[in-house]
Amino acid sequence: MNKWKIAWRSIQQRGLASTLTGFSMALGVMLVVAVLVLHGVITNSFMNNSSLGYNIVVGAKGGRLDLVLNTVYYLARPVENIPYSFYQELTEGKYKQYVGTAIPICLGDTYQDFRVVGTSPGFLEELGYGGNKYVFADGRNFKADEFFGAVLGATVARETGLKVGDTFQPSHSGGPEAVIHNEKFTVLGILAPTGTPNDRAVIINMEGFYLIPEHRTDIDLATAKQLAAEGKFEPVPLDKREVTAVLVLTASFAGAPPELMAPPLIKSINEGNVAQAVTPIREMATLFTTFVDPLRIILLVLTVMIVIVSGIGILVSIYNSMSERQHEIAVMRALGAGRQTVMLLVLMESILLSLAGGLAGWVVGHGLIALLSPWIAAQTGVSVGFFQFVGYELVIIPGLILLATLVGYLPALAAYRTDVAKALQATP
Amino acid sequence: MLLLKDVKKSFREPDGNPLPILDIREFRVAASEQVVLMGRSGCGKTTLLHCIAGISKPDSGMVEIDGLDITRLSEAGRDLFRADKLGYVFQTFNLLPGFSALENVLLGMSFAGKGVDTARAKDLLGRVGLGHRLTHRPAALSVGEQQRVAVARALANRPKLLLADEPTANVDTAHQQQIIDLVRNTCRDENVALLLVTHTPEVAEQFERVERLENFNQAG
Repeated sequence: MNKWKIAWRSIQQRGLASTLTGFSMALGVMLVVAVLVLHGVITNSFMNNSSLGYNIVVGAKGGRLDLVLNTVYYLARPVENIPYSFYQELTEGKYKQYVGTAIPICLGDTYQDFRVVGTSPGFLEELGYGGNKYVFADGRNFKADEFFGAVLGATVARETGLKVGDTFQPSHSGGPEAVIHNEKFTVLGILAPTGTPNDRAVIINMEGFYLIPEHRTDIDLATAKQLAAEGKFEPVPLDKREVTAVLVLTASFAGAPPELMAPPLIKSINEGNVAQAVTPIREMATLFTTFVDPLRIILLVLTVMIVIVSGIGILVSIYNSMSERQHEIAVMRALGAGRQTVMLLVLMESILLSLAGGLAGWVVGHGLIALLSPWIAAQTGVSVGFFQFVGYELVIIPGLILLATLVGYLPALAAYRTDVAKALQATP
Repeated sequence: MLLLKDVKKSFREPDGNPLPILDIREFRVAASEQVVLMGRSGCGKTTLLHCIAGISKPDSGMVEIDGLDITRLSEAGRDLFRADKLGYVFQTFNLLPGFSALENVLLGMSFAGKGVDTARAKDLLGRVGLGHRLTHRPAALSVGEQQRVAVARALANRPKLLLADEPTANVDTAHQQQIIDLVRNTCRDENVALLLVTHTPEVAEQFERVERLENFNQAG
């Protein structure tokens, strides 16, 4: 009979006390896992997603972080627009030399709880995520002349039940005051999951976006509605258009990384008074360093303290049981178990209790994250799942063994010091 | 097989003075011999068994078992020797409540360093009439059955000497003889020497050799 089994039997014998102690350890580890994984995954996702095939976002002057949260993560209040002509400056005008790819986007509408992104077909063809190109789970991308074509992110398709060929009507802004547009967009494609905010985006042809009467700036609303009712949709003149932002991948010269062209372009744009250019990855890094990291440290300290308190719970539980187990230990000693053996058995018991509780906590922690996944995605635009791990988790198991050895030492010492002759004569 | 020579053991009284418990010039038990040890309460019978088992160390003297003076061994050495060469049946059985009958017997083997022999453990339990109750916990066994598990456990490591400390004290009269027969027959079958402590004259009179501790313990 190996020693682990003997230790496990001892845990089973004190079923209720062991369960409660293990539960407290599970709770502690669950919180540590939740904090570590949530922070790790969200940080990584934010940092990875801040470069979806572009390195600069150009938008209206104002809050830099607002611009990034809006255009990259589809979060926060919509920002102001910039003239379409500025987009043309980037593609054909004075900034052309710095720009490799420029994709315009128009924000402001929603469908159910999901942001509508008006853009060009290039959004899904020229950009990507984590080095991958977008893949269609069903259907295809819209073409430039398919004004009312749309592509749905994987989450949108799953949660709305829309399929290729279905139509939907976006709303102007969200909430109770939302105005549902009359124009129907047709789903032409559904993206495979990407783990990016685009899973929760409704991507439509910006030509259709401009043709929605409430969006038109070239003619009055009544005329626009009349034309729409008659099905007369001519592209809106370029000089009457606006965009919310332009996603830019700077040009690469002679094999040099495109990032080299970013500083002069940003400097040049920011010197003007029409727009601002920001680097999403830098804005997010600033956000995390300033606000999120200190918060994470506080949370981590609190949760580690919970684990330590749980460890002390194990100490108290085993130590309290030592007086009633003196006789049992004496019997083992009488059967030939050495002092070191009974000491080791108590330490193993502490380790088993910590590990069982810890592993349960680890599983529940990941389960909790999976359970909260829709809410996290709604709040942050980041998709997390059960099988998402962070490197710090590797420390949990050795950490628990160390903690269990430390807290088990005192009761183990009591076992070591048991007076066999005296304990054998005591009534069991 | 067992030789005690000039064994002295005393405890400290609360006032600090020594209280002599054992002072034995010589005591022998031959291989495979079965000896009953009697004596009034508090005369040192259990202390003597503890000294023979290496649980307590005499203040002086020699305790030689199977040719080895165990007083010269370290505590760890005595533990291993006890696991290897001695069996111990307690008055209160002392089965571990969280373990099944079979596991209680296997537990006796776990500390001996010979490896666990499940087949022998089952065989022993079968010989004491518990082959059908291997997985039962002590609480699910009768008093007599518990003591039979304790006998099987004590013999698990093929000891040279079995020490039995009033093994029938907690057993009703109907089962007393059963236990005594079991212990004696199993010891005989396994060629194990037996030193059995009892207060019961009916038990003692079945043995060829009966010793009273007061007769050879100068401290008594």
